[in-house]
This record gives sequence, structure tokens and C-alpha cells, in this order.
Amino acid sequence: MSELIIQFSQWLLTLTQGAEPWDSYARYLPRLMDGVWVTLQLVIVSGIAGFIMAIPLALMRIAKSPWLWVLPYCYIFFFRGTPLLVQIFLVYYGLSQFESLRNLGWIWTDVLSQPYWCAIIAFSLNTSAYIAELFRGAIQAVPKGEVEAAQSLGMSRRKQYQHIILPRAFGIILPAYGNEVILMLKGSALASTITLLDLMGATRGAIARTYMSLEFFLLAGALYLMLTAILIGFFRLLENWYNAHQHATRMPVNKLDAQLRDKHIEDNAR
Amino acid sequence: MQWSKKLVSSAVLMASAAMIAPAAMADTIRIATEGAYAPFNFIDSSGQPGGFDVEIANALCEKMEANCEIVTQDWDGIIPGLRARRYDAIIASMSITEERERVVAFTNPYYSNVLAFIGPKGSDMATDADSLAGKTLGAQRATIAGQYLEDELGSVVNVRLYDTQDNAYLDLAAGRLDGMVSDKFPAYDWLQTDAGGNFEFKGDDIDIDDKIAIAVRLNDTELKERFNAALEAIVEDGTYAEINAKYFPFSIY
Repeated sequence: MSELIIQFSQWLLTLTQGAEPWDSYARYLPRLMDGVWVTLQLVIVSGIAGFIMAIPLALMRIAKSPWLWVLPYCYIFFFRGTPLLVQIFLVYYGLSQFESLRNLGWIWTDVLSQPYWCAIIAFSLNTSAYIAELFRGAIQAVPKGEVEAAQSLGMSRRKQYQHIILPRAFGIILPAYGNEVILMLKGSALASTITLLDLMGATRGAIARTYMSLEFFLLAGALYLMLTAILIGFFRLLENWYNAHQHATRMPVNKLDAQLRDKHIEDNAR
Repeated sequence: MQWSKKLVSSAVLMASAAMIAPAAMADTIRIATEGAYAPFNFIDSSGQPGGFDVEIANALCEKMEANCEIVTQDWDGIIPGLRARRYDAIIASMSITEERERVVAFTNPYYSNVLAFIGPKGSDMATDADSLAGKTLGAQRATIAGQYLEDELGSVVNVRLYDTQDNAYLDLAAGRLDGMVSDKFPAYDWLQTDAGGNFEFKGDDIDIDDKIAIAVRLNDTELKERFNAALEAIVEDGTYAEINAKYFPFSIY
């Protein structure tokens, strides 16, 4: 153990004194930043596509008729139950085994033959399954009273969903959705396995040339951390804005109108 | 004086004989190979390591009259394992590189690696930079082929780098790649398979002065010399050519 500490401190020393890692950093940083941009695109595009796909999935999933829920059930079960890497390989290497797909014109040449779009397809499918499951839980967690209020106003089912249930559910899943996007960001590192030069791909390229695995993995880790911090900040803002009712500054209990005081509020104030 | 010189030299001889003798008798030489680089080294259906490297290793051991034990070890850990004395030599198609020479000693090369372009059969694919411009070429990441592709052609072609050679073959067969650059000899093996049947070598071999040798520990000069002597012997008596012919119809020495 003491040897390890000594070796590590020696390594730190070379890092602060020697020019070598910094030279390589300077040389490969532009490529890594290109990688950051690709990673961001992957996360944002598949995050949005996954979200859009998740809503109908979730609505079908909560339906009472087995004809409606069995398909999304299997879909969610499959995509949550298999490793993302397997899904990427299935989309990228699996689909290309079918000769007939290659005669589909632009679908093959511009989409399915491109690692970029294959990654986006795999990530969207994967994340939509998770988000659909979040949505299902959230729709069922919308307070009954609010749904009853909507019904008592004579809203149609469609209107109830459009104006009350889905917007409420969105507020409920927001924190968990932010979490899912962060998981997606880290999962996106797998895109490097299908030749995509995302942040991880660029890092591995740099390591293959410089043999500085520790240095470059540390740098990549720092960049991923930065991206995560940005995402956390974004979702925090979104949450504060969308769920403002939960974040309103509380008035001290003793300033409250005496008639409004009840045990519930006082408990919360504590 | 003449006699004392003789005495000294014979004493030295005896001493060195005494030093070598126990090593030569005790010796089981443990040799590591990767087992994932067909046809040079692979694990056969019965779970035993086989391939060109393994047969060369066995032929060398026979010449050295040593007991050899062949173990398999993942590529990432193959040099660290040698330094940790888990085995005494690596015969795993390892290229001599500057970085590696700092940590291990290499024997004389036992074959030379060249790179080659592979493209679809029947297409007239020229392999100069001008004709390749705009095409998509693949190679395995962190290999000499990958480096060659990036350095020599990276500015004119789309480079795709794969984690494994097999994935690059898959994409070539799937039509995502117009061609690839690869170590020639393992690619020759793939071209003989069903999937590789539609492809062939294109243009001239790329000689990248890549020599493949046996790695031993830096201070293990004695073992290195024994390997060198044995290597020379199997090349001379035709054993090497015999093994070569089993795998390739051309000489790879």
C-alpha cells in the first residue's frame, strides 16, 4: 500500500513537472472537444426522441386492454432487461446482416450504415423504455383529487390527459428524468464501440497513440463530470421553473393567517 | 603465463556451466500466448492453445530440449505477467517496438509482419491516396494498421477504427466499409472463410518494417540466446518452413 502511495505521488510529480502529458493534452484536446460535441448531440437527440416515443408507450402501457399493453410491456421489458451494449451491437452489427436492408436506398446509405444514426436509434429505443416506465408510474401517481376535479368540470378523457394528467406527470418525473439523461450521458460512451468518435472514442484514440491511459482517462473523466454538471444545472433550473409551486419560499408559520394554520403546515415548516 | 590463463578460462567455463546446468535441467520454460489471434495463436475446440506461434514455440522447445508449458494470457496483461514472472517468455506475434523494448528484451524476429489493403473481389480498387480519396476505410484501433491508416491516409479518407478485428470484418462484409487495412497474415486466414470469400488483397503489401519476436525479461539474456540459437536451428533444418507451409502458401519469415 505504501508503495502504491509512493508510486502515485511520483506520478503526480511527473505530471506537474514534466511537459509530456501537457504536450499530449494540448495536441489531443481539440479532438476530445470534437468528441464532447458528438457526445452532447447523442444525448440531446436521443433524449428528445426517447421522450417523444415514451409518451404513447406509457399511455398504452397503462391501458386496461391486454391488446394495448402487451406490446409496450414486452418492449419495456426487453430494453430495460438487456445491456445497452447488446442493443447497440444488435442495431449496428445485427441489422447489417440482412442483405435486403442494404437495398433500401437512403435508409441504408444515410441512416443504418452510419454509426452515428445507429447509436442514436439504439440510445433512443433504450431511453424511451426507461422514460415510459417513469411516465407510467407518474401518471398513476397524479393525485386522484386533481383527476376527479377535472372530471367534475366535464373534461373529456383526452382533455384530462392533455391539460391535467400529462403535465402533472411531467412535473413528477422531472427529477427522475434528469437522472435518466445523466445515465444516458454515461451510457453514450458505448458509442465508441461502433467506431463513433464521441468523447470516449476520441479518448481511446489518443491513448492508442500516446499510451497515456491514466492521463487521458482522467481528462475524459473530468470532461464527463463537466457535462454532468451542466446537465444537473439545466434540470435544476427546469425543475424550479416547472415545479415552482414546490419551491416557493415558505412563509414562517407564525406569520400565517391563524385560520390557515393546521398541523400539516406546521409539520412541513419544521 | 600460458597455463594460468587456461586455468582461469576453464574455471570460468566450469562456473558458467554450473550456472547454466541447473537452469537447463530444472527447466520448465513457461511460455505465454494470447489465444485470440488466429491463425497465429488461438484456442482450439478442445480448449488447447494452437496456431503458428504455438507450433513455433513447441519446435523451439524441442530444439532446446526444454520442457515447455504454454499458457494463455489476455493481451493487455501479457507484458506485466512476464515481468511478474508468471511465465518466462511471450510467443504471441508481438511486434518489436521502442516502447516495449524499454520493458522487455526481444529475440531475433521469427517473422515479419506486413500490412495489406483488402477490398471487394472484382472491384479495381487502387490503393494510392488519390484514388482512395473520399472512401471509407477501416482498421483495428491501437494497431499498426490503424496508425498507418490515420497517419498516411487520415486526411483524405474516412477512417473507422474498431475495437476488434472481427468487428471490422463484419462491417466490411456488411458494405459499410469500402476497404480496410490490416495485418496481412491474419487477414489471409479470414479471406479463406465464407464471409471473407468475396474479398481479396488489393495493391501492394505495405512494408512497415514490423518484426515479430519472442519477448523475455530484460535481464534474461541466457534464455534469449537459447531461443535465438534454437530459432536459427529450426530455420536451417526446415522445421520452420514446414510449419510456415501449414498456414500460408508464402514465406512469412
